[in-house]
Amino acid sequence: MSSSTTALPALRPVAGRLDQAPSALAEPRWVRRLLITIALAFLALFLFMPLAAVFAEALRKGWDAYLAAIVEPDALSAIRLTLLTAAIAVPLNLVFGVCAAWFIAKFEFRCKSLLITLIDLPFSVSPVISGLIFVLLFGAHGWLGPWLQEHDIRILFAVPGIVLATVFVTFPFIARELIPLMQSQGTEEEEAAVVLGASGWQTFRHVTLPNIKWGLLYGVILCNARAMGEFGAVSVVSGHIRGETNTMPLHVEILYNEYNFAAAFAVASLLALLALATLALKSYIEWRDGQAALPQLRQES
Amino acid sequence: MQIALPFSFRDRRPGRVLPGFGLTGGFTLFYLCLIVLIPLSAIFLNTFTMSWEGFVKAATSDRVMASYRLTFGAALLAAALNVVFGTLVAWVLERYDFAGKKLIDALVDLPFALPTAVAGIALTALYAPNGWIGSQLEPLGLKVAFTPLGVIVAMTFIGLPFVVRTVQPVLQEADREFEEAAASLGANRLQVFLRVILPAILPALLTGFALAFARASGEYGSVIFIAGNMPMVSEITPLLIVTQLEQYDYAGATAIAMVMLLTAFAVLLAINLLQAWTRRRSLAPEA
Repeated sequence: MSSSTTALPALRPVAGRLDQAPSALAEPRWVRRLLITIALAFLALFLFMPLAAVFAEALRKGWDAYLAAIVEPDALSAIRLTLLTAAIAVPLNLVFGVCAAWFIAKFEFRCKSLLITLIDLPFSVSPVISGLIFVLLFGAHGWLGPWLQEHDIRILFAVPGIVLATVFVTFPFIARELIPLMQSQGTEEEEAAVVLGASGWQTFRHVTLPNIKWGLLYGVILCNARAMGEFGAVSVVSGHIRGETNTMPLHVEILYNEYNFAAAFAVASLLALLALATLALKSYIEWRDGQAALPQLRQES
Repeated sequence: MQIALPFSFRDRRPGRVLPGFGLTGGFTLFYLCLIVLIPLSAIFLNTFTMSWEGFVKAATSDRVMASYRLTFGAALLAAALNVVFGTLVAWVLERYDFAGKKLIDALVDLPFALPTAVAGIALTALYAPNGWIGSQLEPLGLKVAFTPLGVIVAMTFIGLPFVVRTVQPVLQEADREFEEAAASLGANRLQVFLRVILPAILPALLTGFALAFARASGEYGSVIFIAGNMPMVSEITPLLIVTQLEQYDYAGATAIAMVMLLTAFAVLLAINLLQAWTRRRSLAPEA
C-alpha cells in the first residue's frame, strides 16, 4: 500500500506533462475556432461569393434565357474563336515547353538562369502591354503596318493577332512546369537509353515522356485555362468585331456594357465552369503525382 | 569497357551524351526571340524614338500621375491585405483540421483559373449598391463598387493565391522542434509565433507580397468593371494605356507602358534577390 501511494505522486507530473505537451504547441480551442472563422469569412467575401454570384446572376432570368444566351449566334462564334485560339496557342507552347525544358535540363551551358528569367518574362508584363506590343508591330502606324497593308494581310483586329497575343501571355506556362521537373530527374535514364542504342526520339518517347507526363498535363491545363480566359491582351488587339473577333471573355464584356447582365453572366458561367474543371483536374494531378513532386504555382500575370 | 564508356563521356563533356542540343537550343532561342523578345523590344525602340521632353510629358501628365497613385497605391494595400489574410489562410489550412478543408485548399487557386473578366463582373455584381454585399455596406455609408475601394477589392481577389501558396510550403516544412524548444523555454504561443514562426516564413511572405503587388499593378480585366473608371479618381494605369491607344496616341501609350514595364522589372529583380536570400538562409546554419 505504501508503495502504491509513493508511486502515485511520481506518476502525476508525468501524466500532467503529457497533457500539456500538445497544448504548448497548439492554440487554445477558442483561438483555433476564431482563426478558422476569420479565414473562412475572408475567403467567403473574396472567393466563394463571387463564384456563387456568377451562377446566381446567370440563372436570374431562368433556364430558358440562360440557354438562349449561350446558343445565340454571336455567343457561338465567340465560343468557336476561343476554342480555335486555345487549339493553336496550347500546342505551340507545348512544343516550345518540351524543347526548352530538354535544352535547359539535359545540357550545361552558360547564362542558363538568364534564359529561364527571359522565359518567365511574359508573366511580369501587364496584359494590356502584351497587347500593346503587337499593336506597335502590326498596327497601321506600326513597324510592319504599311507592308502588311500593301500585301493585304490582316493581323491586328483579326484572328492572327488574337492568337499571337494569346501565345505571348501563355508562353511560360508549360516550360516553367517542365524545367524544374526535368532538372530534378537528371539525365541518367536518358543517357542509359542512348548508350543502349536508342535514338533521340525513342529516348524521349519511351524514357522522358513517361517521367514527365503528369507535369506536362498540369502545364497544359493551366496554359489552356489562361488561353481561353485571357482578356486584357486580347481586348487590345481584337478590335471587338461582333461575331468575328470576339472571344468569350470579350463577348462577356460587350454584353455587360450593354446592360444585358443575364446573358453576360450566362457566357461567364461557362468560363467559370472551365475554371472549376481546371482546378479539379489540377487537384487530381497533384493527388496522383504526389504533392511534393510538383512545384507550386508561382508568378502569373 | 562497355560500362566505362558512359562515365568517361560524362566526365569529359558533361551532358553532351544526349542528342538534341542544337535542335532544342536553336528552337528555344528562335521561338523566344520571335514571340517574346522582338515584340517586347518594340516598346523600348519606340520609346527611344521619342524626345526626352515628349516622353516626360506623356508619362507624367496630371491624369497619368493620378493613375499611378491609384494603381500602385491600391496594389500595395491589396498586397498588404493579402499578407495578413493570406498568412492566416495558409496557417489554418496547414495547421488545423476542419470540414471541407481539401475543397477550400483547391479553391484558393480560383483567381489563377477564373478569367479576369468573369472575376470583374462577379465582384461588381456583388459589391454594387444592389448586390449581396454592397447592399449590406450601403447603410453604413460604405461605397465599394465604382470607387477606389473597389479597385482594392479586385486587386485583393487577384493576388490572393500568391501569399497563401508561397507561405504554405514553408509552414509545411517548418521544423516544429524549434517551436517545441521555445515553448519548453517558457515562451507562450504568441511569442512562439512572433519570434520563431514569423522569422521562418518572412522571406516567403515578402516574396508573396512582391508577387501579389506585381500582379495587381498590371491587372486590367478584373479591375475595370468595378472601378468606375473616372479620370483622376478611379482610372487605373493599364486602362489609360488602352484609352491612349483608342485615340491613336501610340507615343503616349508607349511612354506609360515603359514606366509600367520598368516597375515590373524592378519588382522581378527584387523577387529574384529575395529568393536568392531565402536559399542562402536555408543553406546557412541556424543563427
